[in-house]
Amino acid sequence: MLYREAGQFKTTYAEDMAIFPIRQDRMALAVLLGIAFIGVPLLADFDIWPFGSDYLLRAILLPFLILALAAIGVNILVGYCGQISLGSGAFMAIGAYSAYKLGTGVHIPLAWLGFAISIPPLPVLLSILLGGLAAAVVGILFGIPSLRIKGLYLAVATLAAQFFFDWVFLRVSWFTNYAPSGSVSAPTLDFFGLNVGTPIERYMLCLIFVTVFAFLAKNLVRGNLGRQWMAIRDMDIAAELIGIRPLYAKLTAFAVSSFIIGVAGALWAFVYLGSWEPLAFSIERSLQLLFMVIIGGLGSIMGSFIGAAFILILPIMLNLLPTQLGVPLSTETITHLEFIIFGSLICYLLIKEPHGFARLISIGKEKLRLWPFPY
Amino acid sequence: MVRNKLLIAAAILSGGAFASPAAAQSEQFIPILSYRTGAYAVNGVPYANGVADYYNLVNERDGGINGVKLLVEECETGYATDKGVECYERLKGKGPTGAAFVNPLSTGITFALTEKTTTDKIPIITMGYGRADSKNGAVFAYNFPLLGTYWSAADIAIQHVAKEVGGFDKLKGKKISLLYHDSPYGKEPIPMLQVLAKKYGFEFTPIPVTHPGVEQKSQWLGIRQNRPDYVLVWGWGVMNGTAVKEAAAVAYPRDKMIGVWWSGAEPDVQPAGDQAVGYKALMLQHGAGKFPVHAEIEKHVYAKGKGASEPGKVGEVLYNRGMVNAMLGVEGIRKAQEKFGKKPLTGEQVRWGLENLNLSEARLKELGFEGMLKPVKISCSDHEGARDGRVQQWDGKGWKIISDWYTANQSETEPLVDEVSAKYAADKKIQPRDCSKES
Repeated sequence: MLYREAGQFKTTYAEDMAIFPIRQDRMALAVLLGIAFIGVPLLADFDIWPFGSDYLLRAILLPFLILALAAIGVNILVGYCGQISLGSGAFMAIGAYSAYKLGTGVHIPLAWLGFAISIPPLPVLLSILLGGLAAAVVGILFGIPSLRIKGLYLAVATLAAQFFFDWVFLRVSWFTNYAPSGSVSAPTLDFFGLNVGTPIERYMLCLIFVTVFAFLAKNLVRGNLGRQWMAIRDMDIAAELIGIRPLYAKLTAFAVSSFIIGVAGALWAFVYLGSWEPLAFSIERSLQLLFMVIIGGLGSIMGSFIGAAFILILPIMLNLLPTQLGVPLSTETITHLEFIIFGSLICYLLIKEPHGFARLISIGKEKLRLWPFPY
Repeated sequence: MVRNKLLIAAAILSGGAFASPAAAQSEQFIPILSYRTGAYAVNGVPYANGVADYYNLVNERDGGINGVKLLVEECETGYATDKGVECYERLKGKGPTGAAFVNPLSTGITFALTEKTTTDKIPIITMGYGRADSKNGAVFAYNFPLLGTYWSAADIAIQHVAKEVGGFDKLKGKKISLLYHDSPYGKEPIPMLQVLAKKYGFEFTPIPVTHPGVEQKSQWLGIRQNRPDYVLVWGWGVMNGTAVKEAAAVAYPRDKMIGVWWSGAEPDVQPAGDQAVGYKALMLQHGAGKFPVHAEIEKHVYAKGKGASEPGKVGEVLYNRGMVNAMLGVEGIRKAQEKFGKKPLTGEQVRWGLENLNLSEARLKELGFEGMLKPVKISCSDHEGARDGRVQQWDGKGWKIISDWYTANQSETEPLVDEVSAKYAADKKIQPRDCSKES
């Protein structure tokens, strides 16, 4: 009943091709965006609990949005194009360090040629986007093996990217502007003369990035390119036979995916951490992103968000819960409990619903269509 | 079925996770960032126990600081920077006045928090770790690398090496390697050692070990080939014990190894057994052992069954360090109360207290730390307070102090502090404070 689509006729091609053809979906999205864009800032502005404190914005929503963005990027590659990647952390790092270099000014001394390349510090917004672009270029390079190998073999090849860039950013001190400790700190976040400093401003900044990229990605995956990716994912030989060029399809998937992950990496470094070291983008980050995509749902933009929430927020909640309920447990016990419960939840979920949360939601939708008279 | 699942999920996600408990008005909140799990837990646990026990002592024995009870909450960081940031955000606003100060207990988290704490006006105490340039309080108004930075440590280590080889002039041509944890923590001493290598003419080789540090075979094969005269160890957690065992495996003499103060506790040498005999490490002033304050802790905390640690572990190196760390913070609050009144104070007020902290010999005796620490005096321009250290050696059963006090040579560390902190100030557009005008 709630989700009945009867009476929603599509009379034009435009309506038929709309991103969200069902009215209920559009309304739900509008409400969600309304809450995110207007509700949260208003609640924070009037200091209404729990949005009054920085904690929810800075420690929960901010990382959630940025990692959801990264998960979208990973989902394009893994979920839509079927190319398993374990190098997402490296692409985040490339985004972060390229944006850092561009944001603080690039200087390449070419003494043996008798001149030097110097680029003055670029505006932050431009550096973040160019950071994404740098990640895209590297993504294409590391995507080339995907033309010959696939599946687990490719996963291992992308793992090489992870280790290689971990090494590069630890060892080549040019990337860290010769910082003695190897830890670099982001330039001030000035956007067109506006300083983005407060938690709510940072939240809005990330929200804008995430919304724009989520819509772009959603549009991309249902268009020509996305269909090529999915054809490659489902059966590459068949896709080739119907005229899809694997070279083009796979490399575009690597490029788009790395671009989004790179932007997310730059945001993670600039907006969330502020100061970081290569360990922030280690192999653990790659695995975390892959889990988000698998738990959320392969091949689903919305799944990326839910997966990010599950992997990022649920452990924090589990960690907070005993203290908030007043159960006297030691920090050690709480942390171990958190690991146990979280691990079992993942096992349970993957057994019950191997296709992730996105599939659960679509089942829910189906049921609501028939509700209250299921058969 | 599905609906039930969704309901459960919703309940877990929303269920009371943000309920804010009503805080009593006469309490001072202190967050404890610790790690009792993960790769570094062996060293994290005794430290956290020392911290917890000292706060407990202040509450149980004195009823708080001048009647203001201490309210503490622990948060597990697992030594991960992003979790540390989350913990900081979680705890910084608790209690009637917010966090008094924060001890991140990780150089990586210190780097990530430096700017945030400045904006939030919460002092960040990094005793014996953190960024060495933050000694300059004119630029880093909220960072307190108390009792010693890694640059001071590097200088002390080289002083000891010079003494062993028979003078600074004998350092020329010697080979000194630094086996370091490949993170901001391990890299921090490198610039200072490079300066010293240039000055004294020894050959300096940095050798990185990746996190968490259990794989050092190739590094030690390199050491066996190169035969350095000394190996400085800048490790943490499992890396230290592994370094000692690997040294034994390639027959590198353990008494030519000098660990920093984070590489010189019981969990670092005990697992290696006899192989560790002779291993040396710097002391952050104190070592292992019991002092009058331990008797107080046993009487007021352990006798009541409120101790955090196993009683047998009270007095170990890291336990003591946790205790000293907690004490310095408590004394900072006490000092701040002299100016702002005996009530819960904000981070900004506590910062004043820390900046004007002056622990004389007499005061340390009152506190029960006599013989454990040297006097500490912090000022606006010097957030380090003291830069003394000794060297201790493991004899298979316990740590023995084998040297006199060394004081890091400021004429060597200071130019580097000025240079690096000035660069930071320029990058961040910070106008350094004029310390002559601070009261």
